Amino acid sequence: MFRIDGRRTAAILASIATFAALTACGAKTTDDAAPAAGAAIDTAGDTVKVGLLNSLSGTMAISEVTVRDSLQLAIEEINAAGGVLGKKIQAVSEDGASDWPTFAEKSQKLISEDKVAAVFGCWTSASRKAVKPVFEKNKSLLFYPVQYEGLEQSPYIFYTGATTNQQIVPGLDYLKAQGKTSVYLVGSDYVFPRTANKIIKAYAEANGMKVLGEDYAPLGSTEFSTIVNKVKASGASAVFNTLNGDSNVAFFKEYKSAGLTAEGMPVVSVSIAEEEVKSIGTQYLAGQLTAWNYYQTTEGAANEKFVAAYKKKYGADKPTSDPMEAAYVSVYLWKAMVEKAGSFDVEKVKGAADGITFDAPEGKVTVDGATQHISKTARIGKIGDDGLIKEVWNSGQPIKPDPYLKGYSWAGGLA
Amino acid sequence: MTVVLNQLFTGISIGAVLLLIALGLSLTFGQMGVINMAHGEFIMAGAYTVYVLQQVITGAGWSLLIALPVAFAIAGLMGVLLEFLLIRRLYARPLDTLLVTWGVALILQQVARDVFGAPNVQTRAPEFLTGSVTLFGDLVISSSRLFILALSLVAVAALTVVLKTTSLGRRIRAVVQNRDLAAVSGLATGRVDRLTFFIGSGLAGIAGVALTLIGPIGPTMGTNIIVNAFLVVVVGGIGQLKGTVIVAFVLGILQSMVEYTTTVSVASVIVFVAIVAFLQWRPQGLFTLRTRSLA
Repeated sequence: MFRIDGRRTAAILASIATFAALTACGAKTTDDAAPAAGAAIDTAGDTVKVGLLNSLSGTMAISEVTVRDSLQLAIEEINAAGGVLGKKIQAVSEDGASDWPTFAEKSQKLISEDKVAAVFGCWTSASRKAVKPVFEKNKSLLFYPVQYEGLEQSPYIFYTGATTNQQIVPGLDYLKAQGKTSVYLVGSDYVFPRTANKIIKAYAEANGMKVLGEDYAPLGSTEFSTIVNKVKASGASAVFNTLNGDSNVAFFKEYKSAGLTAEGMPVVSVSIAEEEVKSIGTQYLAGQLTAWNYYQTTEGAANEKFVAAYKKKYGADKPTSDPMEAAYVSVYLWKAMVEKAGSFDVEKVKGAADGITFDAPEGKVTVDGATQHISKTARIGKIGDDGLIKEVWNSGQPIKPDPYLKGYSWAGGLA
Repeated sequence: MTVVLNQLFTGISIGAVLLLIALGLSLTFGQMGVINMAHGEFIMAGAYTVYVLQQVITGAGWSLLIALPVAFAIAGLMGVLLEFLLIRRLYARPLDTLLVTWGVALILQQVARDVFGAPNVQTRAPEFLTGSVTLFGDLVISSSRLFILALSLVAVAALTVVLKTTSLGRRIRAVVQNRDLAAVSGLATGRVDRLTFFIGSGLAGIAGVALTLIGPIGPTMGTNIIVNAFLVVVVGGIGQLKGTVIVAFVLGILQSMVEYTTTVSVASVIVFVAIVAFLQWRPQGLFTLRTRSLA
């Protein structure tokens, strides 16, 4: 037998935990050897290459694989219809492996070795921030398809997901219109929820809404009894939820067993789409609200076509969600820009971007050349017993993107 | 006052969860001294047992109750297999055991991912466990938490009875206290080890069933809880059940009380600092087993 010393065991456990944390966010820097000249694009032959950069392994794979799938669907459709400027699109798929330095390395590889015309992908804001300098240095294009915290505008990124004024602000407008006078903020502890909540607090102050509390749980946290107790004790009329990932499961289970209901104190979530509903369970989510720009149930011929094509290719049980739709749209927008420019050249494509429109599954979208974001219709949805999300309100018309919230007087101190 | 009572109960229920996940470990790690990093994956196996059973048995209540013995058996057998194939060859090499079982944990996670898919799966909770019970005034207690508390207390009681009164329990204690003497007295220590490992791992399966009521069920759920489980056992004192029980509830109450007045992160930091300070004062943990062995 050997003796176990508590201090030593604790030290071993602590070092394992630290090691795991370090490998998760290893601080490798990208090499700076690449030329600063405009990106070379390989347009020889009858194909043009584009890069797909998504996490196909690691913790983000669950979500990002669905985005890769819908990017490939769009590329197939475009190729079947004749390609872009007479050239077939050839997709080069790279795995970002849920690791931000890997995203930067792979994007450099796609640009300098594969000489792609554009890259589509990234999900987390952390991965976007990691690749941003690579695209700016190489003067190459990235299309980013996920809603994010705003306050960014890179000249070499097109943002096809919602910025805050197309998702969070309409969500608050909806609560206000429903007569909710106070909110409680619950979020994961990282950049998106903290930035989002700063915006929410500024909005609340200007609109006579009370923020009764604000709590952050570490990413991956699954113990929510105390937070739910606080939410309950606050007596808020609604909860604004920016939790991400597994935490949502624990939060909603706790929420229901504490006796809180969607009727009494609704929760508006900005990170729960059709795919997430499936893994949390409709038993806990039915009746709760979400804020997005697209649902599988969104009406219109373009969406019917998209949903049918997606299910035909990937299986009838696979739901379509907002980020998937934004990814699908991004390929078509790039195609339209290239055709308007008559060239694959990055500067010419950027120059042609302003005013490009597309009949997207979410409704008509328009590219705003100045911010390189797109106008989108905001939609509030209610989660149904069948796991699908039904729209209960929309903004009526597409909202012009405003990443720095310049058009909102209350947001003055944020940027 | 209600707030204090509410948080007190929340703390007790956090403690009950900690106790359930640490109880099996207090046997395999606390009594036998095996650092089994795959313990969390045995918990995961218990949780997936509920998921699989619910595909067959439609009644949510029955499937949960049936899952308790089934998960105990499945996780227990996994433990015996692990002990028989790997751990028994490594009893004198604790650091190697740690690495080997960590590897086994990764393999089990990947198996779960391949069989059940990478996304979390959902289980249905029976209706009588989704609501809450009002004790008096504003003191509302969720029934799933109450169920977990009862389950953990029953598990502790059963384990105590087994260890204190049965011949199996006597053999386990004899081997723990002095392996060599137990062996020369005619005890088949290898068989006792395997049985101990069966019970310890089986308890992890039961913890997994309970966790389906409050948290996500996915391939990585084990890694999220394993460190907490080890902490409880280490602070409680190696080789002592009562230390594990007391520490689980104390840490739970401390966490909930501090968290209510501050934030989750601050509360975690304070709990960890308290643990480190405590271990500086008592490196052997809350209770220690006094033996005359030289080890």
